[in-house]
Amino acid sequence: MGWFGKSSLSSIIQRVFGKKHAKIGIYGPPNVGKTTLANRILRDWTGDIMGSVSEIPHETRRAKWKKDVKIENGNSSLTMDIVDTPGIATKVDYKEFMNTYGLSREESRRRAKEATEGVIESIKWLEGIDGVVLVMDSTQDPFTQVNVTILGNLEARNLPVLIAANKIDEDDSSPATLKSAFPQHPVVPISALTGYNTENLYSTMVKHFSKKRRKKRR
Amino acid sequence: MTKKDNGISFNLVSRQKFQDLSSEEKLRFILKEVKKGRILVLEYGLTPTEQTSLIENTMKEIEQDTFIGVEMEGYGEDTPTFLQKLFGMGKRPRMTMIGPADLVKTVRKDDNMIQTKIIPGRGAK
Repeated sequence: MGWFGKSSLSSIIQRVFGKKHAKIGIYGPPNVGKTTLANRILRDWTGDIMGSVSEIPHETRRAKWKKDVKIENGNSSLTMDIVDTPGIATKVDYKEFMNTYGLSREESRRRAKEATEGVIESIKWLEGIDGVVLVMDSTQDPFTQVNVTILGNLEARNLPVLIAANKIDEDDSSPATLKSAFPQHPVVPISALTGYNTENLYSTMVKHFSKKRRKKRR
Repeated sequence: MTKKDNGISFNLVSRQKFQDLSSEEKLRFILKEVKKGRILVLEYGLTPTEQTSLIENTMKEIEQDTFIGVEMEGYGEDTPTFLQKLFGMGKRPRMTMIGPADLVKTVRKDDNMIQTKIIPGRGAK
């Protein structure tokens, strides 16, 4: 142990000057557009994509990540490792895949099994990230327990959260409802599908996730 | 999930009961009761960290034909007043409802009311 005790030199520099590199998780319930957003970010800044999207919930059942995505905002920038996580849910019913989406029984059961493993993996990833883009569907009620639980967990760890109020291209979207529901966090209305207002999201990400702050260890 | 009795069972769990349990014991108790088909109303809910662990444990316990998960709704934590902070009190969890997802469904939730319904045809077997 040297002059700096248990803290590394880089962590001390980050505390003083703010972050230049951060691991950012894209979180949220199933089917809110997490992978669509991850694809949008990667397409805009690396020309790549993260994964496939589908209207059937739990399309992403394993976490995927892309390292060293540099997002610029005027003269400042932040290099991020972007982690696209499986949707977090309190229940997974294979019959929903059969009855609502017409999947076969075997395919539905396999998807449900993988979905439960995906939720566990998402929660495990919470341990190692520096900040979260919490994606919410602005056409839906924001007070779902999953949203409240994820936010409460991140607040308890003092991790920075940015809420992406997605799907504002849809007629019944209400990003204002999300803003009033979670006034303690920045809320950026976007359409990950069309790219509407993603410039604003990127500048907010750079500003919000670069801030110096002390992460609570649990 | 096994249902020994006819009808749907609601258990109101006191704050005192949970105060004496560790987080792990609370989660074990909740999942055991919910898997029996019982709906729990906790006077003193779970912390966000405990809720996250409950989701994780629920996913591990899912059995596709008998237990599809939980429905959980509660209010956000109470923020302590300045005086309470001085005496070292942190945020406190509030009332929370947890039940089997194939039996109970949240209809609507806002800051003041959680409206749930029992899914017709379930429970009273």
